[in-house]
Amino acid sequence: MDEIVQEFLVESHENLDQLDQDLISLERDPASRELLSSIFRTLHTIKGTSGFLAFHQLESITHVGESLLSRLRDGDMVLTADTTTALLDMVDAVRSLLGDIEQHGAEAPRDYSALVGRLELLLQTGGVLPATAAAPAATAAATVAGQADDAVAGTTATVVEEPAPAAAEPEATRSRKKAAPADPVTEAVAAEVDAALAAGPADTDAAAPSEALAAAQVALEATATEVEQAAPTEASALVGAAVAQLADAVAGPAAPEEGRRAISDSTIRVDVELLDSLMNLVGELVLTRNQIVQRAVARDDAELLSSTHRLNIVAGELQEGVMKTRMQPIDNVWSKLPRVVRDLSLALGKQVNVVMEGKDTELDKTILEAVKDPLTHLVRNSVDHGVETPEARVAAGKPAEGTLLLRAYHEGGQVNIEITDDGAGIDPEKLRRKAVEKGIHTAESAARLGERELLNLVFAPGFSTAAAVTNVSGRGVGMDVVKTNIEKIGGLIDLSSVPGRGTTARIKIPLTLAIIPALVVTADEQRYAIPQVNLLELVRVEHGSTGPQVEHIHGTPVFRLRGNLLPLVYLREQLEQEPVDTGTTFIVVLQAGERQFGLVVDDIRDTEEIVVKPLGTQLRGVPLFAGATIMGDGRVVLILDAVNLAERAGMVADAHGSAGATQTHTTDDSERASLLLLGLADGRRVGLPLASVDRLEVLALQQVENVGGQEVVQYRGGILPLVRLDSVYGAYGHTEAEELQVVVCSSEGAPVGFVVHEIVDIVDAALSVRSGLDTGGHLGSAVVSDRVTELVDVAHAVRSLDPAALAPVPTYGA
Amino acid sequence: MSHQYCTFHLADHLFGVPVETVQEVLRRQETTPVPLASPEISGLLNLRGQIVTAVDLRRRLDLPVASDDVSAINVVVRTPEGAVSLIVDKIGDVLEPADDDFEPAPDTVPQSVRDLVTSVCKLDGQLMLVLDTELAVTVGKAA
Repeated sequence: MDEIVQEFLVESHENLDQLDQDLISLERDPASRELLSSIFRTLHTIKGTSGFLAFHQLESITHVGESLLSRLRDGDMVLTADTTTALLDMVDAVRSLLGDIEQHGAEAPRDYSALVGRLELLLQTGGVLPATAAAPAATAAATVAGQADDAVAGTTATVVEEPAPAAAEPEATRSRKKAAPADPVTEAVAAEVDAALAAGPADTDAAAPSEALAAAQVALEATATEVEQAAPTEASALVGAAVAQLADAVAGPAAPEEGRRAISDSTIRVDVELLDSLMNLVGELVLTRNQIVQRAVARDDAELLSSTHRLNIVAGELQEGVMKTRMQPIDNVWSKLPRVVRDLSLALGKQVNVVMEGKDTELDKTILEAVKDPLTHLVRNSVDHGVETPEARVAAGKPAEGTLLLRAYHEGGQVNIEITDDGAGIDPEKLRRKAVEKGIHTAESAARLGERELLNLVFAPGFSTAAAVTNVSGRGVGMDVVKTNIEKIGGLIDLSSVPGRGTTARIKIPLTLAIIPALVVTADEQRYAIPQVNLLELVRVEHGSTGPQVEHIHGTPVFRLRGNLLPLVYLREQLEQEPVDTGTTFIVVLQAGERQFGLVVDDIRDTEEIVVKPLGTQLRGVPLFAGATIMGDGRVVLILDAVNLAERAGMVADAHGSAGATQTHTTDDSERASLLLLGLADGRRVGLPLASVDRLEVLALQQVENVGGQEVVQYRGGILPLVRLDSVYGAYGHTEAEELQVVVCSSEGAPVGFVVHEIVDIVDAALSVRSGLDTGGHLGSAVVSDRVTELVDVAHAVRSLDPAALAPVPTYGA
Repeated sequence: MSHQYCTFHLADHLFGVPVETVQEVLRRQETTPVPLASPEISGLLNLRGQIVTAVDLRRRLDLPVASDDVSAINVVVRTPEGAVSLIVDKIGDVLEPADDDFEPAPDTVPQSVRDLVTSVCKLDGQLMLVLDTELAVTVGKAA
């Protein structure tokens, strides 16, 4: 069933319950405009939605009801018992129609003309059913209808319970019926109905309720004919309705299909605030768990350890579960975009086709809310500035219809959202001129700007490349707001563009704001947490070693990271603390907006899941801290804000802000991946997908043990099988070193250590040049840094191991 | 009607805050210093999972910095913006002085103190300075 219909059903069921209550209250307080308005609104909602979903029967019934209510609300009519009954009947009708929709996905053909007729009649007479000769008959018939309902209810109950109460039920109604005023027609009807009802349940056993109902129906039909003869107006219609209801009861399934819960029972609505507080509590639990786990490990108490292990698992699952309740697919936001694009492209005379990939990618509700506006803005921008007019497109040799690709996917605990158009792209030269024009850069500094920096100028406040200000865009506000909003939720945005081929905006946002992974570092004995989302890599520089060292340009420290200059920021200096020389420099390479820089810290501890808590108002003036968290030992630790850190360090987005190979490439459509480049003994290069690499280790040769011909080491409480890449690739002829360079990878949950000759580099490479030269054990080849590099297939390598060596290693990776 | 005051000692003075503003009183807690924050901020403490800012009341009131042998007590007060801890020397009794015993702080009291003291209560042999907690914890906003 459509999600929209499901939602409608859930909502309507709630509304109907409310309606019932309201109507009853209204009867006691007929003048209450508040109640009337509430009822009217509720009904109007159902009517509106059912009209929109093309449930016409529902619409027509609610429509009459609504008309009646509007007269009542406006004071043109006074509520009478007849009206209330009619309205309640209408609510019942709506409910049964909704039931049909829920079960069959469509309205079942039912005849509600009698009900509609009654409602219309009430509308004409002002709330009183006409006191003609037919009146008593009508009353009688109404009772019949009521009894028929009872009978249905009673008999249905028989199915699930024992037959006795069902038989008792009509007895009660019968005695009630007896008390009604005597009247020839009424009595005739009553007698028949009594007979019918008596016949029904009396014969009924739990197995055959339908038969009883059918009997009742036959009897009632006879009554209907009789009544028709006596008073051929509304009364007959009403009895007709009763017959129809019975007929439905006979024909329709007595109980909903098993195994499928009614929609109103399978979902509940929960206050978001309640979820938030649950989330907070889970956060506390995670913190407490961290504390307990830390203590337990120190205790060396096996029982305690196993309990904490259990606690660990439960807390983890709970956290995941609660997190899930807040997760919503990105489609909730995306679904509105095709309409935006359609309207906009129509207005601009453009043709744009929206393609979506990864609609099901889920995000925390708060984050989803936060990216809604930035996404809409980016999409509008793409249609307005990116995609050209059909003529221009055809002239450029492109199809007249532009394509806007929305892509979302999870990666490393984050969500990536890409908005790609195949439009004109952004001309860097134009940006350069504009930057000078706007006074953001001097002609000189603009000339030095790299392509990436130029593109990111788009995010500068007041910067617009649109030639004309339209009602859509070009006012120069927006992109800076987009960036600010995304950074506010701990996300990053990046633009790349190829003139003539299109523009891509990439947004990287955390899955959730509540619990985030962070790296813990220290400065001056104090710990600080750095959100993992900002973290690129860690570099350790031993002073006096032969490796690369920190160098200075005019007193400014820089570090050569794979040939690029990485500006360094000393955390101690930023925190106004005394510098210290420990003999080793730990550099945390951070990405802050478009900038990359190395943060020099005293020491690097572990990564930990942290719960971000806001700082008090007294500390709002210190932008360097994004918040605080409580660590496993109960101490408060401040969270560093990478963007502010970079700003405070006076870093401007100039030419030396980049490191790594990423920036030297512009985007192309080929597959890209981060690779760990490894050197074999014979000088060959192989690449490992960085995603599968867990750790790099240096192990002493004597640690290596032999199990059934398989080299293994004891590693983090488990056994790590080793694979010598040199032998896999047939590269021999090297002398055995005392220390082994090991790359720990995991594939399908099983860890494996690759022993390599040297670890060369991490590169972000296009994998476009793949060859089919698969000799087994590798995925193919690619040209990386001008050298042919074979790509290791980790899964294959793991499978090739002796299964015995892959005995469970439970504590690994914990 | 008289009110109850939670009192505490700070240097040679006795301060009082309305008892209903005090959430709890704790002995010295491990705090995490916050670099770059104004000097009145003594750090952050973990109050049952809640992060609370601690304000060094001596610095806030321009009183001489405490010597090490003075034990620091946290008086956690409720403010509209959440709980804040006031670091004081020693906790005193809860007092309920008569309303007649209060009068505004004399003009000769230094402005920095007078700003935070709403009134002075004349107790037997001692004065109790009534502290405006909301103002006392307003620190470093402009920084």
